[in-house]
Amino acid sequence: MDLYEHQARELFEEHGILVPRAEVTDSSKEAREIARRLGGRVVVKAQVKTGGRGKAGGVKLAADPAAAELTARQILGMDIKGHTVGKVMLAHPVDIESEFYVSYVLDRAAGTFLAIASAEGGMDIEEVAATRPEAVARIPIDPAEGVTSAKAGEIADAAGLPPQTVDVLVRLWDVLVREDALLVEVNPLVRTAQGQILALDGKVTLDDNARFRQSRWGADDVEHDDALEATAAAKGLNYVKLDGEVGIIGNGAGLVMSTLDVVAGCGARPANFLDIGGGASAKIMADGLSVILSDPAVKSVFVNVFGGITACDAVADGIVQALDAVQLTKPLVVRLDGNNAARGRAILDDRGHPLVQQATTMDGAARRAADLANAR
Amino acid sequence: MAIYLTKESKVLVQGMTGGEGMKHTRRMLAAGTDVVGGVNPRKAGRTVDFDDRAVPVFGSVREGIEATGADVTVVFVPPAFAKAAVMEAADAGIGLAVVITEGIPVHDSVAFHRYAKASGTRVIGPNCPGLITPGQSNAGIIPADITKPGRIGLVSKSGTLTYQLMYELRDIGFSTCVGIGGDPVVGTTHIDCLAAFQEDPDTELIVLIGEIGGDAEERAAAYVREHVTKPVVGYIAGFTAPEGKTMGHAGAIVSGSSGTASAKKEALEAAGVKVGSTPTETARLVLDHLEAARDVTHS
Repeated sequence: MDLYEHQARELFEEHGILVPRAEVTDSSKEAREIARRLGGRVVVKAQVKTGGRGKAGGVKLAADPAAAELTARQILGMDIKGHTVGKVMLAHPVDIESEFYVSYVLDRAAGTFLAIASAEGGMDIEEVAATRPEAVARIPIDPAEGVTSAKAGEIADAAGLPPQTVDVLVRLWDVLVREDALLVEVNPLVRTAQGQILALDGKVTLDDNARFRQSRWGADDVEHDDALEATAAAKGLNYVKLDGEVGIIGNGAGLVMSTLDVVAGCGARPANFLDIGGGASAKIMADGLSVILSDPAVKSVFVNVFGGITACDAVADGIVQALDAVQLTKPLVVRLDGNNAARGRAILDDRGHPLVQQATTMDGAARRAADLANAR
Repeated sequence: MAIYLTKESKVLVQGMTGGEGMKHTRRMLAAGTDVVGGVNPRKAGRTVDFDDRAVPVFGSVREGIEATGADVTVVFVPPAFAKAAVMEAADAGIGLAVVITEGIPVHDSVAFHRYAKASGTRVIGPNCPGLITPGQSNAGIIPADITKPGRIGLVSKSGTLTYQLMYELRDIGFSTCVGIGGDPVVGTTHIDCLAAFQEDPDTELIVLIGEIGGDAEERAAAYVREHVTKPVVGYIAGFTAPEGKTMGHAGAIVSGSSGTASAKKEALEAAGVKVGSTPTETARLVLDHLEAARDVTHS
């Protein structure tokens, strides 16, 4: 899960990293009050989980509380790359002398974390790395040892950062480990005219797998951009909303991703990703169907199940029970393959639902579901 | 021969006495796996009856190895305890740890991968279906009855796509199928399996299945170009996945412009790997290749 800037700022502050004074709000009226508390002149920053806010007009300086209210009103509700701005952060402006970049990221191939640092902060680091690779230091971190002062010194030296950043590098590693983060990034990390090292903007990605031991981020903190995703998550479904018209249900992440691709290859667009896992019980099938059928964009539904551990006859029983629990309003194409496929197909044939069709191959079923969606 | 797992492999199951552990131990035994024991400190000394076989429960992996000579462990323990379980197995000197558990925090897996590597233990997974050498042994949760022994080697990030291909190519059969797992960090990579299949005399052709996220497939493509002389057929899932969304597997995510399916497909094709556009077409490419090879031998 990605955090908002203001949440990342809070984490940094808790771990002893200096950050600008700031408050967050969803109301422009309150923005005026906050600006007054912060001394009048503030930076108003859209809180969205995407880059390029500045260019999109989501970060603006306001000279006084009245201007802060006006600016907040402009930014709240703004659309930035498909993200609607629900909150703004108002921050005390900082007198910047120089800007740096520091992050710890997961290096998937090496199976460890990597420190990335540069004396050229404030910009897109991928761009700096592409045009001037020598300006970006990449230092692998031994997970057993972590980032000690000595290691932080090595990182700062390699990147040409001032020695005062060593303390921040150590504390930032602490954020990564204690919070079970997959990414912590400070861009820019600045040195102020007064010589302080301050984290001006940050990005933190937490590991969803660590939720069980990180009580700080409860279920309420998971914000879904989409109402259907929120409904599905509440039912414990592994669902992602997409922009198409063929609803997809399958078992196994790889098979479902593949199903989306095969449907797209047949000239229709998948409406969602939904992985119901190995079991494919009647309950989960019914829950999945009800979420997908409540999507107004869906014109047909494709259930693609490979019967491995759970054989196809058990899956077919699940579908039949789900059909009793959910009012089917759109055509459903089912492809059952694998163990006991013939028995599974016979069970669905016996049920004889008028909106249910079967196909024996994945490609054939995808074609049928795509044609049905395109015909409606 | 096969890779990593043969009928000689003696298999321990960590977490055997839990629900999933029981269910899959039964299936592994039915597939011919020599399951020599379970590990659970609270149930040490007991035995668990699976149909016609009584499997002893040991208090630790070390005790299990000492009593049975086990060289493989399959880990079913819950995410919170997986790190300790893998480190215990590595400490005991097990050769291969197959970690089925899904949902292990990445900081834990980073720690146990490093630890296992230093101890000389190969880890497969986590968040994987395990591996099967059909007709010999099955370590994990791959359904054993959908294919037969043969000469195709398969390596995949995805469980169900593995099953799909095993089933579509069931008339040809497989030497070994390895599900390496869908987590961002895994112990055994596509490249490790390519290297092992290249050396395995029982493997004639390799199927490589990948998906969005990371650059393991691009690295595998570079490896194929340099080191693999056996034919490789590929499949990549996730062309329609949007940027920034996790698609089921924790590691299946396109970040910015990196980790896309197109980049992976292009890299594989540039290395001479034929890449199917659907699982069925991928199976067809395998059959075509084997037929063509047979024609050459017969003419």
